[in-house]
Amino acid sequence: MIISILTLTIIGAILGLMLSAVNRLLPYKEDPLIKQVTEILPGTQCGQCGYAGCSQAAAAVIEGEAPLTLCPPGGPSMARQLAEILDRPLEQQSSDDIVLPSLANVISEQCIGCTKCIQQCPTDAIVGAPKQLHMILDEACTGCGACVEVCPTEGILLAEMPLTLGNWRWSKPAKPNPFRTPAISREGIA
Amino acid sequence: MKLFGFRGGVHPEALKHHTEAHPIRKLPMPRRLYIPLQQHIGAPAKAEVEAGDRVDKGQLLARSQGLISAPVHAPTSGTIVAIEERPAPHPTGLPVKTIVIETDGQDRSFLNATAAGDPFNLSPEEIANRVGQAGIVGMGGATFPSAVKLMPNPNSPIHTLIINGSECEPYLTCDDRLMQERPNEVIDGIRLIRHALKANCAILAIEDNKPAAYAAMMHAAEETGGVQVIQIPSRYPMGWEKQLVQIVTGHEIPHGQLPGGVGVCVHNVGTAFAIHRTLRADHPLLSRIVTVSGGAIKRPQNLEVPIGALISDLIEFCGGLTEPPARLVMGGPMMGQVMPHQQVPIVKGSSGILALSHHEIDDGPERPCIRCGRCVMACPVGLMPLEMGAKMRSDDVTGAEALGVQDCISCGCCSYVCPSKIPLVQYFNYAKGELQSRRAAKSKTDQTREWAQARIERLEREALEKAELKAQRAAAKAEKEARSAERKAAEKSQ
Repeated sequence: MIISILTLTIIGAILGLMLSAVNRLLPYKEDPLIKQVTEILPGTQCGQCGYAGCSQAAAAVIEGEAPLTLCPPGGPSMARQLAEILDRPLEQQSSDDIVLPSLANVISEQCIGCTKCIQQCPTDAIVGAPKQLHMILDEACTGCGACVEVCPTEGILLAEMPLTLGNWRWSKPAKPNPFRTPAISREGIA
Repeated sequence: MKLFGFRGGVHPEALKHHTEAHPIRKLPMPRRLYIPLQQHIGAPAKAEVEAGDRVDKGQLLARSQGLISAPVHAPTSGTIVAIEERPAPHPTGLPVKTIVIETDGQDRSFLNATAAGDPFNLSPEEIANRVGQAGIVGMGGATFPSAVKLMPNPNSPIHTLIINGSECEPYLTCDDRLMQERPNEVIDGIRLIRHALKANCAILAIEDNKPAAYAAMMHAAEETGGVQVIQIPSRYPMGWEKQLVQIVTGHEIPHGQLPGGVGVCVHNVGTAFAIHRTLRADHPLLSRIVTVSGGAIKRPQNLEVPIGALISDLIEFCGGLTEPPARLVMGGPMMGQVMPHQQVPIVKGSSGILALSHHEIDDGPERPCIRCGRCVMACPVGLMPLEMGAKMRSDDVTGAEALGVQDCISCGCCSYVCPSKIPLVQYFNYAKGELQSRRAAKSKTDQTREWAQARIERLEREALEKAELKAQRAAAKAEKEARSAERKAAEKSQ
């Protein structure tokens, strides 16, 4: 009895020491970039980019297999952050058109209350119950489209967020001078 | 009184002669008023009436929501026709929720004209509450809810109240005429604000190009005392809060701070007048004085306009246009906003309507920067517009931010002095918008990550609960089986 306990303890100690020595001498080098990029990505594992999850997407974008603009929910600001970290040039978008993120909308006539979308939503942005009309919280929706794919009645549509006084921004001055030709239609409204 | 210096600024042609000699006239009540629910900085007001309701003058139309918000009231009696999306007084004319009133011309008042006691007996909190309920916002154009500035803050007591009568924008004379025609009311309003803030002194600063207003205010101030009226040199942007604090008190307000940080509070003369009306006659903010001017206006003048009148109503009353305006501006020519068309309403912050003719605007072709540095001399904030402009031309928002573009007040001095006509201030507006979008996107991503994490945790928790339940059921089943086996064994043994 005592002999077997001692033997096992000694074997365990030796193996433990060996493991820690190997870990010290031959450390596993995880690419710090992967960690950095994964932190930037939303972490919703929505799969919009075509990869299984955010860490796979991070590996792909670091390898250069995926473009900087791979993440639709992240939008242009994330592409810019990725460009900075990976030190890769980001193709300039024309600054004339304001890029607004997309949001999912439930078409109330088509929703049958199956709760399939609720189970799919990576940010729990859909509210509803079985056989009740579902609703999407705009603040939580990332426009990833996971719900669109599972909806059996095609009752969810992605639409660009409407332009309002709150999200409107001045665009880059057109050359030569923005006010020489009226940029805005002057047609009156009755 | 000793004045302190400040850097920068420009001397644009004042062009106030169009309107400064004409008395304020009342705009006849238009047939319809369009009252936006968002006329101020902060949360929009929430409608309290419905289409079809009859309202009286001064009745609450929409309640303020949250701490930084302001209610709106009916400027006259009539019927609510609709509450709908209408073009906002904004360069894009994007829709804003608007209450449309069909006026009945009777001007039936909901208000009780008799004043309720002496407002000097009210506590500061009560004054701030009543000003907040009256929907008063900064009338100089900033439209920040005034009640917030009147609320006593024990952390930074106010020692000096400065009343802004500088009206440094060219063309505008609404504050000038107000001070000339209603000096006693303005002084009373200033004394009430001073009382609310418990300030040691109240200083009314008027630019030296308004001698008539200065004389009128001096006279009114001598009668009551408690308000010091001073003249300050005419220079744009003198009416900018931080600039005014610096020239009057010598304190420079640090980056990212408000005047309250150095114990100073700044209000506009129009706001003082509105506060006087509210506290003395229980009259909410229903109208304002608007300068209608510019080369394309037939009879430029100052009008007292109900909130919600369309620009076209004002222009029509001023004899119409002599030519199609090259630019229609709300506010002053330096910081005002270009309006998309005439069918947008006057709001609480509209100090002027300018229909500028072709010879009044100057947009020659943009030429290369010659690095003359005039914009650096003109910038009242102490920034380097030429460097920031160069950064923004190549969309280097981060570079512009490092040069301090966030501190730009969009006064337009740099664009005004630029001999190459580079649209500098437009570049900075673009930069600030871009930075704002980035901040919004970043906070959304952070929030998304949090939510995604919360979901993962929820799923794990649910799985765990399910497993526990399963284990419990299995245990119960096993126990039951064991018991039945025991029973069977017992039966057998018997």
